[in-house]
Amino acid sequence: ICLRFCKSAGCARGFKQFILYSECVLCNRFIMLTIFFLPGISSNSVEKKIYVNLNYTIPCVRLLNATHQIGCQSSLSGNVGVLHVLDSEDNLEWVLNSGPNPPYLVILDYLLFTRAVMMKLKNGSNRVAGVAVVAPTINPSTGFSPHTTCPNENTGVYVEDYDPAFAHCNVTVWNPLGNGLSYEQFNFPIFSLKDDNETQLIRQCYINHNLAVNNNAPQYPLCAMQMYSHMSAVTDTSTCMRRSDKNSFSISPEMVCDPLGDFNVWAATRPLNVTSKGHKMWESVVIAAARLDSRSFFFDIAPGGESGVSGFVTLLAAAHALRNITQENHPNRTILYTLFQGETFDYIGSSRMVYDMQNDEFAVDLDNVHSVLEIGQVGFWSDSKLWLHSDPVSRKNGSINDELAANQSAIPVEEPGFSQPLPPSSFQRFLRAHPIPGVVIEDHRSAFTNRFYESMYDNAEYLKVSYPSNMTQEEQLDFLTDTAKSLTEVATMVARTLYLQAGGAETQLGNINADPQIVTRMLYGFLVQSNNSWFQQIIPSEWISHLELKLLYHHCYLPSSEATFLVQYLLANLTGSIVNITQENCQNQREDQDDKESKHIYTYMWVQGTLPLNSTERHGFCVRSTVHLSKAVSPAFHLQEYNSKDYSTWTESRWKSIKGRIFLVASHDLEMLTLGVGFGVLLTSLLLTYIVSSKADILFGSEREPSNATY
Amino acid sequence: MTAAVFFGCTFIAFGPAISLFVFTIAREPLRVIFLIAGAFFWLVSLLLSSLVWFISVQISNKESASQQKGLLIFGVVLSVVLQETFRFGYYKLLKKANEGLLTLSQEETMPISIRQLAYVSGLGFGFMSGAFSVVNILADSVGPGTVGIHGDSQYYFLSSAFMTMAIILLHMFWGVVFFDACEKQRWWAVAAVVISHLAVSCLTFQNPAYVNSLVPTYVILLVMGIWAFYTAGGSLRNLKLCITCKDKDFLLANHRSR
Repeated sequence: ICLRFCKSAGCARGFKQFILYSECVLCNRFIMLTIFFLPGISSNSVEKKIYVNLNYTIPCVRLLNATHQIGCQSSLSGNVGVLHVLDSEDNLEWVLNSGPNPPYLVILDYLLFTRAVMMKLKNGSNRVAGVAVVAPTINPSTGFSPHTTCPNENTGVYVEDYDPAFAHCNVTVWNPLGNGLSYEQFNFPIFSLKDDNETQLIRQCYINHNLAVNNNAPQYPLCAMQMYSHMSAVTDTSTCMRRSDKNSFSISPEMVCDPLGDFNVWAATRPLNVTSKGHKMWESVVIAAARLDSRSFFFDIAPGGESGVSGFVTLLAAAHALRNITQENHPNRTILYTLFQGETFDYIGSSRMVYDMQNDEFAVDLDNVHSVLEIGQVGFWSDSKLWLHSDPVSRKNGSINDELAANQSAIPVEEPGFSQPLPPSSFQRFLRAHPIPGVVIEDHRSAFTNRFYESMYDNAEYLKVSYPSNMTQEEQLDFLTDTAKSLTEVATMVARTLYLQAGGAETQLGNINADPQIVTRMLYGFLVQSNNSWFQQIIPSEWISHLELKLLYHHCYLPSSEATFLVQYLLANLTGSIVNITQENCQNQREDQDDKESKHIYTYMWVQGTLPLNSTERHGFCVRSTVHLSKAVSPAFHLQEYNSKDYSTWTESRWKSIKGRIFLVASHDLEMLTLGVGFGVLLTSLLLTYIVSSKADILFGSEREPSNATY
Repeated sequence: MTAAVFFGCTFIAFGPAISLFVFTIAREPLRVIFLIAGAFFWLVSLLLSSLVWFISVQISNKESASQQKGLLIFGVVLSVVLQETFRFGYYKLLKKANEGLLTLSQEETMPISIRQLAYVSGLGFGFMSGAFSVVNILADSVGPGTVGIHGDSQYYFLSSAFMTMAIILLHMFWGVVFFDACEKQRWWAVAAVVISHLAVSCLTFQNPAYVNSLVPTYVILLVMGIWAFYTAGGSLRNLKLCITCKDKDFLLANHRSR
């Protein structure tokens, strides 16, 4: 069913890998990538005379939940509007009222991409054909967050019956800069354009043709733009899932939407038998969690630097720091590293893992969980300090006490010091099911320090992952940035805390140190360039093409397998060990021919290894680890409860094509003139021919031919 | 532009051809067959010239603009020569076919005269060449945009449609003149047809100065039209008779008197 949508080889390969899970959430993305990155979509020369196709158009797409649809769409044949470059908010008057050639397609500077302007455009949408936002090359100096002020308001632990005082961010508004644009529904398409030659062409076209002189109506032909982003799904999740179901009787069912989802990545310091599910006797695990995903207003540009990367890179570095010590001197409890996908959309990953634990579908159950330590946004701790957030309700109940390990590092860590609920975090989903002790480490005391939460500006630049100019890629990969240094300190602290929490001896703490080199390489890989020599070494050769796409779309708002697969291999390489077995055995998940047990405990990955100098042959090796994937698809879709209030119900609409082009439009008068002349020619020639043919014998009757042989 | 432009341009380009087809050809199956055969012959000539064109483009230097321009001119000339060669070939074939038809025919006269064949085959050539010159333009005229973002004239569609109309009618006239010239072995007339065809084709190199190409083309069209009219047996006197709308009976009587 799904492979039909996979137009790129990469996607098909992805499915080979994940075929067991038979989920299809990644395909839209690959269709789009195919459109974006494969050149040579040929067009004839007449078309070239008329249209300039835009190469870089990032759309805002439609998402649906149990009650709403959000996002944008165009009509089936694309929205056409006369271009209008908006340079100030006062200029809106032209678009919304006075301009003589509606509908207009508004080109917005990123500074005008605010809630006020967008709402005015939305309410005047019969005069607005679409909006294109020109993204800046450097981040704005002010804050911008298209997310809500209270992320995941209704699916965390703080609902009315838990403690009404904390519900709906009553105590702390976590994201005060949030303007909620990402959760609005627009009836016109909104694209993001890069500030480059194409945008320059658009502006030039506007200046040449559309600029009103002294407020007079500009003369035809006018410069116009067309945007295609038609979305198949409509209304809400239950409607679109029903439509998708109904069509499944046909030979090639037409899906209209896909549940958002992906895979969580997890690994344990002690091997757990994953084939036997449910409660494990005498097993006690400390969960170390972070989230993998991010989103922005636009489909594919969600770098999630502070909101995602800072946390999971720290967790990965901590896991690496604990590798040797847990192999030599394992503490009493098992540490379970979990990286959750889809947390932006009402905690998809964590809610599914908790659901699986409750229903004995996971290697351990909730009773096995000793405590949870979650790493949230920690990228900016060096500006202030780190804060340990815990749940005031469970603290009040006395179920959590001083089990939170005292940390032994130089980092100033404090608790907020007043009764404040947990920030948006995966841990909330655990609390919702079971009172488990736990903390969330953040770099903010109350509201986020992140000024660009879930926006396209939450990128490497914002996280200060920058390199001196004139460095080669290899030099940048190993260059130690200040951010990497500070995150290394956090990772060391986290690793030591985890070790203590797992019951390890304090005397060992000095041996636990995160490696700044690993941290800086990961930051480079996730925020700057994923196709680097280090990432190439630690993944299998068949995944190389995924790196070569060059775009960092792995923590895009739609959780994709890119982040998952990279993190999966990173975690395996950082926590696992190299075993000396053949490639065949490795790929068959066994130590040797007779080994039938290992595959229940370990994961074997054949990675391609380093490329020696002056050689084209890589030396691959086998990594044995306890890294596993678990489904991160909301239980609502497992239970087929599309109106669920407990679980995420987000789905993403499918679409056929996303494209934009600019061209000139002729005046209505010229079009009518052409049609009139056409009719005139047709009628005249019909009349003339009739007359001539009826009198042919007279006209062409000549002396030389008999009249019946004429025309 | 829009559907309005599409229909406008279609009617301009094919209006005369369609009305000629409806009133003079559609009623007689034999004419329809010869029309389609003519169109096929034109297609074969295009196939050959495009083959040569394709090969020469492949072996040419794609970077050099002057070479490409020269190649284009060569292609046009070659195509015109091939089209006229095929017109001659079609004439020869029709002569043979007509003899065959005559033997089969029950009646003593030929079912279709060589002049009628000239007109029908010329229109067949015109239909196909018109279709090939304008269909891809028409296809793009349906979209919302009009030509001009790179500074071209926005009358592109309109002038293309008028050019196509001229080409279709010219093919018809050339057919009439050419066949008559072959019949009478007046080779200078054949040469005139080829040269005027070459001239019209090369005039399109004047584009995008549409006036410079359209006006001479319509002059040639007028000249060829008058020539074809006379060739087909028309005369000023007949035209006068026709316009003044003399009584049919009188005309018939007039005829008989001759």
